[in-house]
Amino acid sequence: MSEHESHGDGHHAHHPHQAHHWDSMRQQFEAGKLGMWLFLATEVLLFGGLFCAYFIYRANYPELYEYGHHALDKVWGAINTVVLLVSSLTMALAVRASQVGNRKQLQAMLAITFLCGCGFMGIKAVEYKAKIDHGYLPGKLFNYAKTIEHEHEGHAHDGDHHDDHHGDGVAHAEGVFGAPAVSVVAPLEQTAQAQPAAPPSGLSASASRVAGDHAEHGHEDGDHGGHDGYLPVDGRPPNIHIFFSIYFMMTGLHGIHVLIGMAVIAWLLVVCRDGRFGPSYFTPVEIGGLYWHLVDLIWIFLFPLLYLI
Amino acid sequence: MNPPETAAATSTQVAEAPAVPNHYLNHSKGFLSWALTLDHKRIGLMYLVGVLGCFALGGIFALLVRTELWAPGDTIAGMFASPGSSPQEVYNMWFTVHGAVMVFLVIIPGVPAALGNFVLPIMLGAKDVAFPRLNLGSFYLWVIGALFFVYTLFNGGVDGGWTFYTPYSASQATNVIPALLGVFILGFSSIFTGMNFVVTIHKLRPPGMTWFRMPLFLWGSYATALIQVLATPVLGITLLLLIMEKTLHVGIFSPEYGGDPVLYQHFFWFYSHPAVYIMILPAMGIVSELISVHSHKRPFGYQFIAYSSIAIAVFGFLVWGHHMFTSTQSPAMNAIFSAITFSVSIPSAIKVFNWLATMWGGSIRLTVPMLYGLAFIFLFSIGGLTGLYLGTLSTDIHFHDTYFVVAHFHYVMMGSALIGMFGGVHHWWPKMVGRHYNGTLARISWALIFVGFNVTFFTQFLLGSQGMPRRYYDYLPRYEIYHKISTVGSYMMAAGFLIMAFYLLQSIFGGRKSPANPWGANTLEWHCTSPPPHDNFATAPAIEDCYDYSGIDYDAKIGGYTSRANP
Ligand SMILES: [Cu+2]
Repeated sequence: MSEHESHGDGHHAHHPHQAHHWDSMRQQFEAGKLGMWLFLATEVLLFGGLFCAYFIYRANYPELYEYGHHALDKVWGAINTVVLLVSSLTMALAVRASQVGNRKQLQAMLAITFLCGCGFMGIKAVEYKAKIDHGYLPGKLFNYAKTIEHEHEGHAHDGDHHDDHHGDGVAHAEGVFGAPAVSVVAPLEQTAQAQPAAPPSGLSASASRVAGDHAEHGHEDGDHGGHDGYLPVDGRPPNIHIFFSIYFMMTGLHGIHVLIGMAVIAWLLVVCRDGRFGPSYFTPVEIGGLYWHLVDLIWIFLFPLLYLI
Repeated sequence: MNPPETAAATSTQVAEAPAVPNHYLNHSKGFLSWALTLDHKRIGLMYLVGVLGCFALGGIFALLVRTELWAPGDTIAGMFASPGSSPQEVYNMWFTVHGAVMVFLVIIPGVPAALGNFVLPIMLGAKDVAFPRLNLGSFYLWVIGALFFVYTLFNGGVDGGWTFYTPYSASQATNVIPALLGVFILGFSSIFTGMNFVVTIHKLRPPGMTWFRMPLFLWGSYATALIQVLATPVLGITLLLLIMEKTLHVGIFSPEYGGDPVLYQHFFWFYSHPAVYIMILPAMGIVSELISVHSHKRPFGYQFIAYSSIAIAVFGFLVWGHHMFTSTQSPAMNAIFSAITFSVSIPSAIKVFNWLATMWGGSIRLTVPMLYGLAFIFLFSIGGLTGLYLGTLSTDIHFHDTYFVVAHFHYVMMGSALIGMFGGVHHWWPKMVGRHYNGTLARISWALIFVGFNVTFFTQFLLGSQGMPRRYYDYLPRYEIYHKISTVGSYMMAAGFLIMAFYLLQSIFGGRKSPANPWGANTLEWHCTSPPPHDNFATAPAIEDCYDYSGIDYDAKIGGYTSRANP
């Protein structure tokens, strides 16, 4: 193996950051990098479990995603994608700057990367806030009351061009009472009971069709109505809380990783001031960068899977 | 092998002379010198103490379970039941704590983290593991995980079994969340150990230590470390999802909330089947060393043993579905998982036959470690072969969730993994503490454990094949005689382990000093003093053929072996 090519020079003056059990800085660097790749593999597998859950529930209940993704804001999602891609670029430039020992550039690039992280989390907070306001929360926290309330409000004082449509929706929501259940999923009595505000869980085929129309409608005119981000009452799959569970768990775990990445970058910003990074020692920047790229990469998968399809 | 290199080997062996030799135990003193140590040997020793302590804890619960099963109906559990709980609930808690402690706190960290930490870097010829701070962090994560378990113990215990199957774990079971958090943290401890070992073996092999000069224990540890890194994260996310299911009812594993309980089983076993190999592979590595050293003979088919470790690790990822033969898995999937399960027996059998062939014609000495090695081969053969009964679709329908599974599992987990670990403890004990234990007591203890083990668990094969279900608090009178025999066996084992605790503790204070090489082994740790010096090797050790016993002779003066090249 090649890692011992520099073994012979292991005994002259050690670099201050070389631990006693390494023969050379190069060996130490390569070990650090291999360790980080292994850690990234564990991270991929950690998220892999969630992606697996995503695909299994998508295969079993496609209507959940068809219906639920309309509640997610594609524009904010796309902006966040761009923010993270820019931060990946600046992180790569930061690694480059540390390798050539350009401390000013390193600090600038790390700072921009950190700010991108802040921006991402800020936008995520705006999105989460909207979900919380609408009651679109995971599991037992999922609450449909505000959606129904909103639907009625829209009926009462929103412009007339919505009128027929909303009337239609409400009529369907009421008509569902007697309609036979679509056989995609057995009604989940207990789930429905846990959410008293929820409409009865049986759906008619026409109701789900209307749901699709309505949702697209809602998105087009989302800017001027009070009802952007709200899902239509009718056509709600009875187990829709699962969609929001998956959304929050995937984006939440990803958000935690962004925060950890930001903490690493903040630490690098602090320690790099003494100019310790240079051509012979840049391991922390390099492996911190690897971690940040992985965090970006996971978002690149999350965005289309949750927001777009 | 090369003359210039043997000269260098001499320098690693000089420290015998000073009156109070400096070694890793007396290198520095005080509580902090241990609590903050980065020395892999001290971390390994602290792990060993913790693991053996937890083994005693898990063992006490095993004895409680066996005592309860002495007779049908309430035997002793009622005495432990608080006003709000029934003896059945107490019993459920006992077997859950026993299983969870033994699996997550004892067997998984046992060989890799305790013995591996101590032995692996020295065997490799390295001064330490690749990331010493991560190593210490891994130990503290283990301690925190253990504290979570202790917390549940003092808060009414945890029930539902060590597998935490939904829907029960998501709805009714008590204290599940602290226990799950504990396992989650232990998982990260295990991941960090695995990462450390993979990087150490890749990057810290000294010049001359090629892959196929590595002792077989290192191959076993390497395969184990790969599984630790690649399987444990899946357990992590599974436990997080289960915690979410329990707190937020996210609807993923529990049908009550719209989830799928079989999905939980798939997620759980995707980790936990490979985890079985986390437990058994390093023990197999130890046995490969024991058999070769104590037969004074080069391992037969070194490369086959090495590759079979990797093969077991790879196959181990593809067989998890054999736990769901009766849980609505499709017949096609069942057939595929059954076939792949059978294929694991090929590398396993390769190892067994190679060990037997290693002993053939060797000069076998029935030392205590060798006795454990032999016990391993015997018990692992039974455990492995009965695994085929369970991997066969038709027979598994009958055996599923009976004592047959319990017996098979214990033959592999205790009869193999733990017996292998104790073989390693007895093999490296003189190296770790620099003292010999009492051989006579050790043989008595071994005999009690070996016989007691078979009395306990062979009986359970009979129980299971007659239909006694696992995890039951009560049973029909016709099973009583088997349960009584099994309980007697467990008491024999308990006596054996008490004797072991006695002579191991006694050896620390009054044992005969061990020479550098008491067994006539040739792997690098036996070229160091006993106990080894603080940084293992003064200079980079010369790498020779670690299974070449031709130059190793017994020296009655020191009661150990010396290398002919450096007397
Ligand atoms: Cu299995």
